[in-house]
Amino acid sequence: MVEYERHDYDVIVIGAGGAGLRAAIEASAQGARTALICKSLLGKAHTVMAEGGIAAALGNVWPQDNWRVHFRDTMRGGKMLNNWRMAQLHAQEAPDRVNELEQWGALFDRTDDGRILQRDFGGHRYARLAHVGDRTGLELIRTLQQHAVHNGIDVFMECTVSRLLKDGDRVSGAVAYWRESGNLLVFNAKSTVLATGGTGKAFAVTSNSWEYTGDGHALAYWAGAELIDMECVQFHPTGMVWPPSVRGILVTEGVRGDGGTLRNSDGERFMFDYIPDFFAAETADSIEEADAWYEDKENNRRTPDLLPRDEVARAINSEVKAGRGSPHGGVFLDIASRRSTEYIRRRLPSMYHQFKQLADVDITAQPMEVGPTMHYIMGGIRVDADTAATTVAGLYAAGECAGGMHGANRLGGNSLSDLVVFGRRAGLGAAEDAAAQASAREADDAQVEEIVAEMRAPFERDGAEGPYDIQRDLQETMHNLVGIIRTESELIEARERIDAYKGRAANVGVYGHQQYNPGWHLAMDLQALLTVSEATARAANVRQESRGGHTRDDYPGPNDAEWGNKNVVIRQGADGEMEVTTSPLPEMPAELQELFEE
Amino acid sequence: MSETANMRVFRGDAESGDWQDYSVEVEEGQVVLDVIHRIQATQAPDLAVRWNCKAGKCGSCSAEINGEPRLMCMTRMNLFEPGEQITVAPMKTWPLIRDLVTDVSFNYEVARTIPAFKPRAPEADGTYRMMQEDIERGQEFRKCIECFLCQNVCHVIRDHPENKPEFAGPRFFVRLAELEMHPLDTEDRLELARKDAGVGYCNITKCCTEVCPEEIHITDNAIIPLKERVADRYFDPIRWLGSKLFGR
Repeated sequence: MVEYERHDYDVIVIGAGGAGLRAAIEASAQGARTALICKSLLGKAHTVMAEGGIAAALGNVWPQDNWRVHFRDTMRGGKMLNNWRMAQLHAQEAPDRVNELEQWGALFDRTDDGRILQRDFGGHRYARLAHVGDRTGLELIRTLQQHAVHNGIDVFMECTVSRLLKDGDRVSGAVAYWRESGNLLVFNAKSTVLATGGTGKAFAVTSNSWEYTGDGHALAYWAGAELIDMECVQFHPTGMVWPPSVRGILVTEGVRGDGGTLRNSDGERFMFDYIPDFFAAETADSIEEADAWYEDKENNRRTPDLLPRDEVARAINSEVKAGRGSPHGGVFLDIASRRSTEYIRRRLPSMYHQFKQLADVDITAQPMEVGPTMHYIMGGIRVDADTAATTVAGLYAAGECAGGMHGANRLGGNSLSDLVVFGRRAGLGAAEDAAAQASAREADDAQVEEIVAEMRAPFERDGAEGPYDIQRDLQETMHNLVGIIRTESELIEARERIDAYKGRAANVGVYGHQQYNPGWHLAMDLQALLTVSEATARAANVRQESRGGHTRDDYPGPNDAEWGNKNVVIRQGADGEMEVTTSPLPEMPAELQELFEE
Repeated sequence: MSETANMRVFRGDAESGDWQDYSVEVEEGQVVLDVIHRIQATQAPDLAVRWNCKAGKCGSCSAEINGEPRLMCMTRMNLFEPGEQITVAPMKTWPLIRDLVTDVSFNYEVARTIPAFKPRAPEADGTYRMMQEDIERGQEFRKCIECFLCQNVCHVIRDHPENKPEFAGPRFFVRLAELEMHPLDTEDRLELARKDAGVGYCNITKCCTEVCPEEIHITDNAIIPLKERVADRYFDPIRWLGSKLFGR
């Protein structure tokens, strides 16, 4: 019999970024006894890295803006693969969630008349992003954290969930370990919210932190839930490319929102050569119009520098391949020649700091070198739009680990708003569900024993291959074969390699103690990384078209008739193998469809 | 370009520990955290280190590098002479868990004792108006990434752990000042600043300001104004007399 701490809660929330914190706050406010479980210290989650802002049609800068315009931008940015109901709720509720953050102490930058200022971002028709310089994510997480600590939520920091527990068909809790001691915990919970973020650490070049190992996606999948759109991965166009040790670190889209432009090694503003038909009507086709748009949005169309991220990332990729890249394999992002030093330092202080300290580049005097970096996964756990319920009873999901909201490509600024809109809804859904349950079920010892044996197995294999090389090989494979441009033969090869890594991971060994042992932690994280990598590689091979963040060399362009109204669905089959199917998109009501007929 | 660095890293737990030397290859542009990760991947897979963003935004990887409190992810290796021995130690002020990881829970406990933000009523339309110039000081304070280096270096608790129950530390003076100067807040926390948080212990040596990776002017902009407000209320003789005579 293994030793473990036991905890009983109405609701447990796994993950303490923006979505997890907001879910826990809501569940607790509904009267549920709530636990918040996170792999890092509270306030360190990847949300702190969000820079540019939170999208909400407040209409403070452009009164013409409203939720319908935001909804339309979001759906078009997602190449119409979005769950329309999620996109609608998101656009309708984001302003309330932003105002709520202000009521909880957030200090957003102001307009001249003292309201919340909004900035331009890619794919948004109007300046829509509430922001704090270029550190909006920190403001969001700190505001939620400071609000949450007074709400009677129990926080389990540096505590990693390894598996969900099931009672029949219902998720009934989780098995976790303290990173600090290696000791085990069993949570019995009436309902469980997953808010674990994304899968970036499956890729070699990413803006994501170590925590992004796809835990929530994998926990849900292992518990029988469905994943959708796992092929839809966002490569942010502007990551740092030099020096090598910072490759992939994010450069906010706010640089372009505030007037920065992309140039190739010939000094050309190459984005004018990459305007797709889909966005031609709303995109400037001359430098004069593009530059005038920043000041006058009524009489000018948007600069192509601010096309949605998938378009810009592909364009940069093409420029570099054509030999017009910067010295270190990116392109130039220039704001120095376009805005004053004072303006740049006030609007983009952390970008200034980051380039100065890490790359010896003064962005007020020199252009930056940037290139695509794996940033976000649109795909995720299938959820009900209104309640955030997954396809398994007792299990909810919100934020990046949930799928559907962003379709095939996410617009910048729509992530932070997603976190608070659907974090709140998940907390509400989970609390209502918990209130309807008689009591938390006692964990089944046999299930716990089996999970624990698997967790501790790497210690029995002292001397076997360690986890670091397997992770590095997986990251190279995903980067090279399941990256920004994909093709069938490479996707098949990726799957074969992932199968081989699964074999190696099943025999992974670690040595040393259980106390704060990163090798052991990574050995366990590898299970989730391999599951989500397989899901992305398989789904990418099934979708035989190019749409948003999924680009196929062998199927260029979208195929609306065949694929425009289908989700690719992943679930675990009865034999334990991964199954890939498709299902039709939910149908948008006529009054919303009208918004796209202009 | 690749050179070899001589790293001396503290290894151990609360019971015992010692320095361990590692020779590690270093590439152009790398930071101390990269080198620690390379030690982990190639020589010591169980080397404990806390980190997240690797871009100076989350404040997880605080350590003492050659005796100086810094973020490992923002400390470039080219800061040091080639071949120079570089020591990496855990923060001294907190109890050691293992290797470079310390128990910073003190800070989370103090955070809970600060009464929540309590805004005044909004305008008729349900939102607030605030002028940019009125929030700039607060925004400076809210740049804080909670790396706790200011707490670590403050000798009130670094050299006198017995002061911890009576002293909140620079990070929380920044938080108190932020709330105190927030245009919408209505709560009074001056009594807390004076009594439980012990702002009077600070004797303005500015050690905290020097190590702040966000370059927040902790002493000048947060602690001194807080001390002044406390002094105005509690130690101003005319106010004291007024409060005795008129009960306010």
